[in-house]
Amino acid sequence: MKPAHFEYLKPITPDELYNQLSFYGEDAKIMAGGQSLVPIMNMRLSTPKYIIDINHIEDFSYIKLDGDHIAIGALTRQTEVENSSIVEKYCPLLQEAIRYVGHAQIRNMGTIGGTIAHADPSAEVPCVLSTLRGEIVVANVEEERVVSPEEFFLTYMLSSLEPTEVIKEIRIPILSKDSGYAFEEIARRDGDFAILEAIAVIDLNENGQVAAAKIGVGGAGPTPEILEDVEDFVVGKELTDNVLDDACEQIKDILEPDSDLHGSAEYRKDLASVLVKRALETALTRAKEGA
Amino acid sequence: MTETISVLVNGKKITSEVEPRLLLSDYLREKLDLTGTHLGCEHGVCGACTILVNGRTVRSCLMLAVQVDGCEVDTVESLTEGDGMLSPLQQAFADNHALQCGFCTPGFLMTITGFLENNPDPNDEEIKQAISGNLCRCTGYTNILKAVKQVSKSRKLKEVVKE
Ligand SMILES: Cc1cc2nc3c(=O)[nH]c(=O)nc-3n(C[C@H](O)[C@H](O)[C@H](O)COP(=O)(O)OP(=O)(O)OC[C@H]3O[C@@H](n4cnc5c(N)ncnc54)[C@H](O)[C@@H]3O)c2cc1C
Ligand code: FES
Ligand code: FES
Repeated sequence: MKPAHFEYLKPITPDELYNQLSFYGEDAKIMAGGQSLVPIMNMRLSTPKYIIDINHIEDFSYIKLDGDHIAIGALTRQTEVENSSIVEKYCPLLQEAIRYVGHAQIRNMGTIGGTIAHADPSAEVPCVLSTLRGEIVVANVEEERVVSPEEFFLTYMLSSLEPTEVIKEIRIPILSKDSGYAFEEIARRDGDFAILEAIAVIDLNENGQVAAAKIGVGGAGPTPEILEDVEDFVVGKELTDNVLDDACEQIKDILEPDSDLHGSAEYRKDLASVLVKRALETALTRAKEGA
Repeated sequence: MTETISVLVNGKKITSEVEPRLLLSDYLREKLDLTGTHLGCEHGVCGACTILVNGRTVRSCLMLAVQVDGCEVDTVESLTEGDGMLSPLQQAFADNHALQCGFCTPGFLMTITGFLENNPDPNDEEIKQAISGNLCRCTGYTNILKAVKQVSKSRKLKEVVKE
């Protein structure tokens, strides 16, 4: 048997889960889709004493429209998000991005809460959540709190989640019908984690200038990165070739990626600049079509 | 501590005592002797261990046996009829030389079975996307693509004849 010995707990209600978490805390690991946790346990990089399997908590699985955002229960499978008509209509960017998560077999089990909790800096959903300024709802036995991605993602595979807490819900801001959006990614092979990914969302005013912009990249540092300076730079301007080039050239000075097996720091900076440019171009075309 | 699980495996109800840390793949191979499910990497990358749980394709090396309590599980053994005749998909693999050493084949067969259920008439791009999560180190994929097209075409023909 590959994983080390553990006790298996199977809460049915959120309250049961909160109590187990407050009791076993540090010694326990939540298991959602298992698509990141089980490989880690198979390799014995993690040997929790207790596994708390949350797959039976039905209250944690839903996709619904809630004011200015889509509320997605943490246990919702990535496949369900991919096939959701609500997501398709109100945040097609998320649908486009989630198709890059592993393969269909992985997305059939993997959950939306799991990919946030895992906090891999090149994962797609955290990058969407950060760039759109979404929210994460976490809960423990006493209270619920709403955290921003900035407060949540601390560094590589590390979040501000306490051992007694669980992610309950992810809130993805709705895109306006007139917004242009795009997701761009480069990976070595289809389904691999991204070497780099870029997101752009823009709204145009009646003169064709950028009224609002959201731009982010993943894989270029320890957490998803919002490129606020570039956002500010493009707002109020028409996205001509020159403006695009100037906007994307700055990115190389802003980012400080590490070199690793998959790409050097220089390569990642170059990629970020190229992918943000592509994303902005596609977003621009779509914004023009939408208007 | 063991847990009692009750599973519908290839249409047969089975009750077993399992340790929680027993992987679903090891349960199938070692407890049930269903060795058609192959293990390449045991961390979710190669796809050799792909099976259907409640009709959806999953990696059996990334699930625990305790998790399929009350579920329907279908492995590659479910494809052949009782008389040992190959299913149309298996026959298409044979006809198109879509396997060489055969190690990856059970995973491909189950991935494609699940895929065609949702998308009975796929185009080339969709097929490539669907099999992208399965690694084959012998055949080079082209013949697997041909095999998938052969079954989806023959299914379509059958439907036309029925109408
Ligand atoms: C071959 C392969 C390729 C992959 N490729 C990609 C890829 O390209 N992009 C990508 O983003 N991901 C990829 N993944 C990972 C996949 O997306 C996982 O589904 C995801 O990272 C974890 O989600 P999960 O539901 O499976 O979580 P689990 O594996 O169950 O858990 C992961 C971690 O999160 C914690 N956790 C889970 N849910 C909660 C919760 N609700 N509250 C608090 N903590 C929780 C667990 O305790 C654990 O520490 C890949 C995985 C594999 C095996
Ligand atoms: S053995 Fe399960 S994916 Fe490789
Ligand atoms: S036929 Fe040998 S690995 Fe696919």
